[in-house]
Amino acid sequence: MISSTSETILSIEDLHATVEDQEILHGVNLVVKEGEIHAIMGRNGSGKSTLSKVIAGHPSYKVLSGSIQFKGKDILELEPEERARIGIFLGFQYPVEIPGVSNLEFLRVATNSRRKELLKSELDTFEFEDLVKERLKIVEMDPAFLERSVNEGFSGGEKKRNEILQMALLEPIISILDETDSGLDIDALRIVASGINKLSQPNSATILITHYQRLLNEITPDFVHIMADGKIIKTGNKELAIDLEKSGYDFIDKDTKEKEMAK
Amino acid sequence: MTQSNTVEEIVSKPYKYGFITEIETEKIPKGLNEDVIRLISAKKNEPNFLLEFRLRAYEQWLKMKEPDWSGLNYSKVDYQDLVYYAAPKQDIKKKSLDEVDPKLLETFEKLGIPLSEQKRLSNVAVDAVFDSVSIATTYKEKLAEHGVIFCSISEAISEYPDLIEKYIGTVVPINDNFFAALNSAVFSDGSFVYIPKGVECPMELSSYFRINSGDTGQFERTLIIAEESSSVSYLEGCTAPMFDTNTLHAAVVELVALDNASIKYSTVQNWYAGNEEGVGGIYNFVTKRGECRGNRSKISWSQVETGSAITWKYPSCVLQGDNSIGEFYSIALTNNCQKADTGTKMIHIGKNTKSKIVSKGISAGQSKNSYRGLVSISPNAEGSRNYSQCDSMLIGDKASANTYPYIQSKQPQSNIEHEASTCRISEDQLFYLQSRGIDFEESVSMLISGFCSDVFNELPLEFASEADKLLALKLEGSVG
Repeated sequence: MISSTSETILSIEDLHATVEDQEILHGVNLVVKEGEIHAIMGRNGSGKSTLSKVIAGHPSYKVLSGSIQFKGKDILELEPEERARIGIFLGFQYPVEIPGVSNLEFLRVATNSRRKELLKSELDTFEFEDLVKERLKIVEMDPAFLERSVNEGFSGGEKKRNEILQMALLEPIISILDETDSGLDIDALRIVASGINKLSQPNSATILITHYQRLLNEITPDFVHIMADGKIIKTGNKELAIDLEKSGYDFIDKDTKEKEMAK
Repeated sequence: MTQSNTVEEIVSKPYKYGFITEIETEKIPKGLNEDVIRLISAKKNEPNFLLEFRLRAYEQWLKMKEPDWSGLNYSKVDYQDLVYYAAPKQDIKKKSLDEVDPKLLETFEKLGIPLSEQKRLSNVAVDAVFDSVSIATTYKEKLAEHGVIFCSISEAISEYPDLIEKYIGTVVPINDNFFAALNSAVFSDGSFVYIPKGVECPMELSSYFRINSGDTGQFERTLIIAEESSSVSYLEGCTAPMFDTNTLHAAVVELVALDNASIKYSTVQNWYAGNEEGVGGIYNFVTKRGECRGNRSKISWSQVETGSAITWKYPSCVLQGDNSIGEFYSIALTNNCQKADTGTKMIHIGKNTKSKIVSKGISAGQSKNSYRGLVSISPNAEGSRNYSQCDSMLIGDKASANTYPYIQSKQPQSNIEHEASTCRISEDQLFYLQSRGIDFEESVSMLISGFCSDVFNELPLEFASEADKLLALKLEGSVG
């Protein structure tokens, strides 16, 4: 799906960011174009999740320097909701529970805020129900989940499906899926992965943040990046993920050490 | 982090109902003495028993001291500096709405309570009270077909004196407390509801209270009687203009439910709360109590309290009949310098009586929001049960929330459960909603509505969205 004329969706340059006054990202560079699937792998604490939260605009994370551009436009000054409306989607590793707020109503308000940006008409309750029922099929979700409070009492797998359902409704241009595979059994993983595959469009892109190769058996990435200590230290194709799975992160450490020595 | 500041800004919505209606008002001179009480009674052509009732209450009141146990700090009211009767000048007896001063109709229309035939709320009968008098009651004839009496208490005193004499002051005795005694002495108007045996009231009943004069105390009195196997749902709404002085509102509400009867009483209180520095606002010192006199009777209070400088009230249930049920669902939202000390008393007397308390307090600014409740189980109340849940949400770091649950059980075969929690608006929940394109204000308001959903679900359908809107309004920022 990638062609040389593909437009750049996301471009990150020398990004430095802190949380609670501690610098976590030490100069991240990343370019994502239309139709691409990127995987970002790395150990716990390497900065993967931080990167995803910074892109989505979490208020606890501060950008020190560098830039993030979405379709050529600087987004660092945008509020999280504005980023969402222009088509940036973050699938959470741990989706929060929001007691008392109806999942259906939440999904409807969210969908309408994106539709408004796209100059589409807002959907009323009935129209929205039709849409959501159709999108539920993508993640094989029981409509009963719509009647419950947002994520409240959902199992790990149900929460992740609810995330992909949101992705299906918001039709983002770039989806950053933060460890969507964690805590899923093999069947749930397959459903979620097939949902992501169904939703990928030639003019959209996906970033998968994951620890494991197993998600990448279901979704084939065009690029695999390895993060360590707040930087992308190695980029390759899907073979890199396979090597990583075989030899573990130690081989990266060795690799980096050798490079340092050579200097 | 500026997030809590922003949340506070959102909560600080200017008061929308602060206008004053320019209307000629008949007021009696300031001050309180026996002659004033006689004058009020005479103005209303009251039967002698009621004058006696008022005078007895006044006598008791003189002997009582203003309570100060709540720890609420407020400048004490000068009872000789208040006007005890104010009424818009018009004919007391109105045949139809056409005869009501259009300015009054306009006032209520502005408040979202249309009274005219064409525009009135469908399936809701409204009694509109302006300062000391009821100006109109809608759907009276339709209700009368079912034998339901819904009118102002003044009208009930002249039309149905026997019912009044039989029930008034039997739930809240004249010497119950300082403010109840004062109300019993000087009450001006309020609503009266009588549901005959076996009748399910065909529509929601509602009273809308509007204080207009600045120096007038409002003392309304509401009495609801549900005869055997009858049921009714009633809602009251309250607003007042903005004055920089404090206005006293000391109401008394009495409910009586006989065998198998059920009364649902809902309040949406949005009296003027004073300005950001705490100047002005209503003192809302109210005594509300219901008696489940009959077996298997049920009284359910639900309240959304967003207004008033100080709210001091405990809608309570006396569960006298065996197997009777009492419920209390409350949302209290305080901001700036507002103080709310509210809760309930559930007095279990009959056997197998049940009560349920769900209280949600939201405090922002420098406000103080306390839940204070009593669950008392008497020696005879075998097999009685109570469940209480009190949750508080704090916004910013200057607000406070307290929970004072009092539990007295003299019956070993009873079961009492109490749960309490305190939380803040969670940054992660907010971010989650925002990251789906929902703007900050709407996200905050969604989270607060979610926090309150257990109580919203208990409000009558017609008013649940109204109440949600009221909260949202109070939460709305300067945008839009």
